[in-house]
Amino acid sequence: MDDGLMIEVINLTKRYAGRTAIDGLTFSVRRGEIVGLLGPNGAGKSTTMRILACFMPASSGLARVAGRDVFTESIEVRRRIGYMPENNPLYLEMRVNEYLKFRARLKGLSRVRSRERVGVVMDQCGLADVNRTIIGHLSKGYRQRVGLADAMVHEPELLILDEPTLGLDPNQIRSVRQLIKSLGGRHTVLISTHMLPEVEMTCNYVLIMNEGRILAADQPQRLRASLCEGGQVVAEVAAPEAELRACWAGFPGVASFEICAADGEFLRCTLVSQDGLDLRSAVYDRVSARGWPLRELTRRQTSLEDVFVHLTRAEEEEA
Amino acid sequence: MNLYLALMRRELGSYFASLIGYVIIGMSLFLIGVSFSNLLGLLNTRPTDVPASELFFKSWYFWLILLLTTPLLTMRSYALEKSTGTFETLTTTPVGEWEIVLAKFSSAMVVHMLIWLPPMLCLLGVRWYASDIAGVGEGTVASTFLGIVLVGAFYLAMGCFASSLTSSQSIAAMLSFAMGAGMFLLSYWVLYAPDQLGTLAPVLSRYSLIEHMQDFARGVLDTRHLVFYASLILLFLYLTRKVLESRRWK
Repeated sequence: MDDGLMIEVINLTKRYAGRTAIDGLTFSVRRGEIVGLLGPNGAGKSTTMRILACFMPASSGLARVAGRDVFTESIEVRRRIGYMPENNPLYLEMRVNEYLKFRARLKGLSRVRSRERVGVVMDQCGLADVNRTIIGHLSKGYRQRVGLADAMVHEPELLILDEPTLGLDPNQIRSVRQLIKSLGGRHTVLISTHMLPEVEMTCNYVLIMNEGRILAADQPQRLRASLCEGGQVVAEVAAPEAELRACWAGFPGVASFEICAADGEFLRCTLVSQDGLDLRSAVYDRVSARGWPLRELTRRQTSLEDVFVHLTRAEEEEA
Repeated sequence: MNLYLALMRRELGSYFASLIGYVIIGMSLFLIGVSFSNLLGLLNTRPTDVPASELFFKSWYFWLILLLTTPLLTMRSYALEKSTGTFETLTTTPVGEWEIVLAKFSSAMVVHMLIWLPPMLCLLGVRWYASDIAGVGEGTVASTFLGIVLVGAFYLAMGCFASSLTSSQSIAAMLSFAMGAGMFLLSYWVLYAPDQLGTLAPVLSRYSLIEHMQDFARGVLDTRHLVFYASLILLFLYLTRKVLESRRWK
């Protein structure tokens, strides 16, 4: 049963009346990984998560969590997951500790065990100072942490977090990300987001979704590398444009280049290299040999954002 | 069982944490108090041979209060959870549908009983002042309370069902009020204008809640009534469960 796979999704499809939310989704997630589900709004991220959390069935296809089918062994799956839906719904009239204890009991923990675990997750999520506060009186950041604490309270094998940093301020986002990162290894985590930096910072595997399909699935670094084709070098040089053009045209290793005006007499040259070559030292040598003033020389790495734009655009062109 | 108790505790807590429980109980007791003193005043003007409990529970007052409070008690049960999204967190825990249905229904029942217990005590209190206590015997009062519990349970089961159908509390309240009032008007019709119903009258008279309540208030325990209510309550709880389950139908 335990073949190291936490989530196994094969050909999963969900159709609402007149609309296909997810379309033949296939992917798998290994134990202990933090996986980011990335995509624009309406890509089918929430639908995928709701199916995995046993909230609704798929129209066709198979989804297994920890080797158990989410449809036929729903109770067993629900025991093993901690799910935090989008917008993090909570019972606003309850107190924090009361709510967490209630949730722990619902998830099958004994009275003693639930008291223990509630203490642990409250410390972990920084809720100790608000443990008697009514949830409705808490700020958004605290509520989000209550939601996270709830998802973790029964030590689930898999955490499914739908947009866990939605609507938080930058400091809160940072602390939530750190918390999620610290969960890796012990728990498997599936988070969805439409914010790319989040995935780059917290996840060790990315699934990029658009219009119900997976466009790419890999480690963030490798995704970047696959598209980066050696990357670009930007150099700001003060030189006559015609001479610059001639210089780059015959430059070994440059696939293409662009020149535009920067302020003053400087021109901004963007050079795209062949085969992943780092052109910086060669550029410096050439420019200094000619005696041109150089004030900037940087290598631009492709961000996931570029990967994302590239993939979704390619998709549009195909259509 | 543990899950049921945890759920039940939260449900009951939700009535009192958000004031709605206090408001419903307070307003109902006010209305019951007014009607009770009105009926006692009537008793002082002329003698009667019906038990005080029957006098009270055959009156408009009882039905009016019952019809108004039960939709208010149950309208939130599923509709509120659906509209705030907590329904999703609730149903993705390893809790069975029956536990949810029973916890919500029984916590509404507890509030319902809290509403109707004080008037029962008042009826017993009348014994202190009455010269003839035949009209307010313990047995009569107990069977009256059983009647209130059963009719109430039927109305609350209908209310829970209505609430499970929608995510709007006002639609849930209106729906359960319409079902409850429909049952009441049918009973009223059977009782006061059976001629209009023609051949249907004998059949429909079995469904007359007013007649059932009259028996309970007289101290008559008829097993037909017990079976009638038990089966209707189970039917509506079962339907509610089916509605919850339908979310997972393919």
